[in-house]
Amino acid sequence: MSILGTRVVRTEDPRLLTAGGTYVDDVKAPELQGAARVTFVRSPIAHALITGIDASAALAAPGVIAVLTVADLTDLPAPPPPPEEGADDAGAGAEGAPLPLGGHWSEPLFAVDRVRYVGEVVAMVLTDDRYQGEDAAELVSVDYEPLPAVVGFDAALADETLLFPPAGSNVAVTSGIPADDAAFADCEVVVEHTLVNQRLAPVPLEGRAAAAAWKDGRLTVWVSTQNAQLGRFILAGLLGLDPAAIRVIAPDVGGGFGAKIALDRDALLVAWAAKHTGRPVRWAETRSENLVGMTHGRAQRHIVKIGGNRDGRILAYRLDIVQDTGAYPRMGGFLPFLTGLMAAGPYDIAHVSTGRQVVVTNTTPISAYRGAGRPEATAAIERAVDLFAAEIGMDPSEVRRINLVPPDKFPFSSPCGPVYDTGEYVAALDKVLAGAGYSELRAEQARRRERGDLVQLGIGLSSYVEITAADANGGETAQLIVHPDGTATVYTGSSAHGQGHHTAWAMLVENELGIDMAKVTVVHGDTDLIPMGVGTYASRSLQLGGIAVHKAAVEVKEQARRVAAEMLEASEADLELDTERGAWQVRGDPASSRTWGEVAGHAGDAGLTASVNYTEGQPTFPFGSHVAVAEVDTETGKARLVRHVTVDDAGTVLNPVLAEGQRHGGIAQGVAQALLEEMIYDADGNPVTGTLVDYAIVTAAELPSFELLTSETPATINPLGFKGIGEAGTIGATPATQNAVIDAVSHLGVRHIDMPLTPARVWAAISEAREGR
Amino acid sequence: MKVTVTVNGSEVAADMPDRTLLVHFVRDVAGLTGTNVGCDTSSCGACTVLLDGRSVKSCTVLAAQADGREVVTVEGLADGAGEMHPVQAAFRAEHALQCGFCTPGMVMASVSLLAENPAPTEDEVRSALEGNLCRCTGYHNIVRAVLAAAADRQAASGS
Repeated sequence: MSILGTRVVRTEDPRLLTAGGTYVDDVKAPELQGAARVTFVRSPIAHALITGIDASAALAAPGVIAVLTVADLTDLPAPPPPPEEGADDAGAGAEGAPLPLGGHWSEPLFAVDRVRYVGEVVAMVLTDDRYQGEDAAELVSVDYEPLPAVVGFDAALADETLLFPPAGSNVAVTSGIPADDAAFADCEVVVEHTLVNQRLAPVPLEGRAAAAAWKDGRLTVWVSTQNAQLGRFILAGLLGLDPAAIRVIAPDVGGGFGAKIALDRDALLVAWAAKHTGRPVRWAETRSENLVGMTHGRAQRHIVKIGGNRDGRILAYRLDIVQDTGAYPRMGGFLPFLTGLMAAGPYDIAHVSTGRQVVVTNTTPISAYRGAGRPEATAAIERAVDLFAAEIGMDPSEVRRINLVPPDKFPFSSPCGPVYDTGEYVAALDKVLAGAGYSELRAEQARRRERGDLVQLGIGLSSYVEITAADANGGETAQLIVHPDGTATVYTGSSAHGQGHHTAWAMLVENELGIDMAKVTVVHGDTDLIPMGVGTYASRSLQLGGIAVHKAAVEVKEQARRVAAEMLEASEADLELDTERGAWQVRGDPASSRTWGEVAGHAGDAGLTASVNYTEGQPTFPFGSHVAVAEVDTETGKARLVRHVTVDDAGTVLNPVLAEGQRHGGIAQGVAQALLEEMIYDADGNPVTGTLVDYAIVTAAELPSFELLTSETPATINPLGFKGIGEAGTIGATPATQNAVIDAVSHLGVRHIDMPLTPARVWAAISEAREGR
Repeated sequence: MKVTVTVNGSEVAADMPDRTLLVHFVRDVAGLTGTNVGCDTSSCGACTVLLDGRSVKSCTVLAAQADGREVVTVEGLADGAGEMHPVQAAFRAEHALQCGFCTPGMVMASVSLLAENPAPTEDEVRSALEGNLCRCTGYHNIVRAVLAAAADRQAASGS
């Protein structure tokens, strides 16, 4: 029986459970013997000119080895020159412009003469131990001349204070197409609303960390990253080194969620400092540092406009996006492009268009956070659909059923560009409604409304389609070797940080070759062993990295067939692989069998090995529907999620244990956005939620157990039918939860409440609605 | 000052600055890096260890306060034969960990919970683990693992 689709517990876990993982700060490599501790001096002010830095007191403090600032960056190759005044800004305004934008918008390693957000790196202190570093960093005296801070969408768009005066505006990118009111002219009903998709902090439990050693002209960097190979590429360019002179190692990584793609400037500085000073260095940020220094996610404002007829048919949808990208347009400049790509959601709507602006503000830069642009698209249209349903007085499940792309329309060309590959959207909706007991929930809601209960019930829906492996053409690498002792090694360009790749890839080898997965070692995240690789993000690993492993196994199998045929003096066509026993034999003659070890041993110097760089011509489009059930105390405004039921279809499932784990984690983060989390700044750009006491990361006590229903509609683009599952939970759960809470109080006259749906906001919405009557 | 702590059954002694936190004593002096630091406000629980049998957040305890006392970390839970503690085994069986960073603290907090309340309800587990943050699992499988470990122990003691 094939191991595919079976419940397999992880091979990674015994080590993680009994000894703990080896994260960057745990690495005890000999090269790091006597490593200095790095402590960053960060700006406490959102926007200011730097008029002086005095490190003398810090340099005199115990244990201080060096204090480094921009003045010490004398040993880097010159960066590309800025564009000529008046020249087109490095492609700004064009779709898919290279990002970060560079030019006027480029981000320095150390602040040069100006800081643009609280947390920006101004200096770094090297000390013998960590406590000395914290003391000494406080002694570095930086003179700031404060400037007005730009905080929030409107302040940015007003262009009264500019973050980058040479750019002439805070708007870094304008794209999309102009709104076309003609599309709405024939609609019986048009609803328009402004929605805020608030700024979130990713909060992987391990913050950012890096360690580096420079020895004999070679740089070794350990870093908490989602892709070591990209990190090496960036470091080589920055330091002017041959990539072969750099080894980047991703040891165990304590979560990433998109915020550990490649290397942040802080990690680049750690690597540079090792080379610059000749002393090994290490850095592991504090959580307070993480909450302002690591990129944030989301931070979009939407104006949705939806139009249709009273029979429930939606005819036109317009989404205007303003992306707050923080102080520097890193990947945040790209996120609204992804949002626009998926703006139409899972619906068959004739006219859909988006307009997009990216603005800079004096806040922490924005980048990918689990979903990266797609949760925003889903949140916008799922709120819009509910607003439309409320306006025409139709059950939101019915409006969805009428407008979902029907199964006979696949592959479906979205008016926003992508071609949705495979889907059973209506079936997914019907399944989740049945699983949740939707009509009984509505009946219970009606009873509570009838009785005027203090605690009201809300039922929220969300149907979604998302794009996974959006950069499918980037591909992924795998090398598979079968050794003469019968074991196998997989070198993967994917970079696990909790997903369970080691288990999954071993299953793929066992499935194809019959080599027991216990004999398969998976290696990732070391550029000396795996020079080429892309990494883990965008729900791409299984469908690219996993398929690369599968293809390598298929190649090795054909090599083995030739070798075994020679050994058994039989024709290749007469040979068969018994995957139950993991042995080659002449068809129907088990006595003739040769083990994998024997075949590998006979293969000669070439051995049994295959290297694959697998690319897919197009992304895949997982889909699903969520039902959230919330209770809202109408006196206090306190909302509580009591049930969450989901159908998440990501094609064929390799290992349900891992797929469910991905869904659980995503759902929790999605619910957290709806109910709890927001990174807040005051008007001067000071973070108000800069510690885990203030930032409301979701806990076990605030969540129910989740109810997961299965659905598998295979992808057709790859041989095993895989799509990505890493972000589906986040994408589906947020709008379902938001819709549930609003639904609980809609009979009181509430139409919309922005996230997070805190008691204060829900209470205020109820109060306003009551006064308005 | 000189501090002597029994860590996982072995005595560890060192001279160190008075302000040294227990978590840094465990990691840097005892060399046991299974215990992690995930925040600086006693919020996340990644550093949870047992101090004289009760769970504490070791980032909020001075090493000096542990002088002469007994600390158990995740490395000290398995028995001498290397057999996983029932809570560790349940975490594996129920896929209650992903990146693994919160796991040592989460396991220690769960061990402590079951010592105090051998048969908790789901709500009691969720409430007891409120001080331990996990960003990967959504807590779903952690809660299942703790309930499974409790049920296994009840079954074993009943037989």
